[in-house]
Amino acid sequence: MKSLEELKAIRDKMQNQVNLRDEDTTATRVVVGMATCGIAAGARPVLTAFSDLVQQKGMKNVVVTQTGCVGLCQYEPIVEIIEPGKEKVTYIKMTAEKAAEVFEQHIVRGQVKSEYTISSALK
Amino acid sequence: MMPELSLNILDVAQNCVRANAMLTEISICADTVGDRLTVVIRDNGCGMTPEQVAQVCDPFFTTRTTRKIGLGVPFFKEAAEDTGGSFSIESEPGKGTTVTAVFVLSSIDRMPLGDITFTIHSLITLNPTLDFVYHYQIDDRSFTLDTRQFREILGDVPLNEPEVAQYIQAYLTENKSEVDGDVIL
Repeated sequence: MKSLEELKAIRDKMQNQVNLRDEDTTATRVVVGMATCGIAAGARPVLTAFSDLVQQKGMKNVVVTQTGCVGLCQYEPIVEIIEPGKEKVTYIKMTAEKAAEVFEQHIVRGQVKSEYTISSALK
Repeated sequence: MMPELSLNILDVAQNCVRANAMLTEISICADTVGDRLTVVIRDNGCGMTPEQVAQVCDPFFTTRTTRKIGLGVPFFKEAAEDTGGSFSIESEPGKGTTVTAVFVLSSIDRMPLGDITFTIHSLITLNPTLDFVYHYQIDDRSFTLDTRQFREILGDVPLNEPEVAQYIQAYLTENKSEVDGDVIL
């Protein structure tokens, strides 16, 4: 059994790091649709892929979060990437593999992966 | 349809979050002798009126405004009833809602439980200000995770802090495998 002592050790370590993340102002938000439509279409592996990558790369300024249904169920799994001061980018019909590409190109290198966005699908 | 029960549970538990529940309890109990798998999802959210409870199993009812159908609860109900099990919802406005799904464990129509650890982990880390109690039991072996207990230890450190999130993942994985033994739900 995992002991609660380990959790206490984590707390002691974290409390010494004064500046806990200020998520709302400077962070990039990766928002995954997790309503019935999203989950049924396969949002879970997409969410896991983004969370794992953010953790692996230790990206402190990226927050992975969830939302409900945005009314575009036919395009799920949908992921929105919101960077401060920039227009929101909506990626559609995502998979874990596409998530890894989007992570690398958009989040790490700052270039929109345009072939997966909703605007390219609607053209 | 959802391919595994843990996705139904994730989906129905999202309703608790949307109902502004501060505390959501998820309990999964397998009784191999009685051949039942009972899943209970209970919250202290806004609750529903008797009229809403009567409508909630109707796929063409939803409180969302983004679309006109709501399949979360109907999917979960079908999944339970397809096995010869049962499904019920009790709710009271202002008090909260309890959803109970009973599955016949050995039924060929019972979907596998699937990655329940992911479901619980993502509910906790994506809603770090809400509390969750998760109970997992097979016969007389069980474990419980209570975020209120974690929070007491952690103080100001949030539950979605990467190291804490990793600890929660390991806590869920290790305790589940001890409870499971050689049983796969």
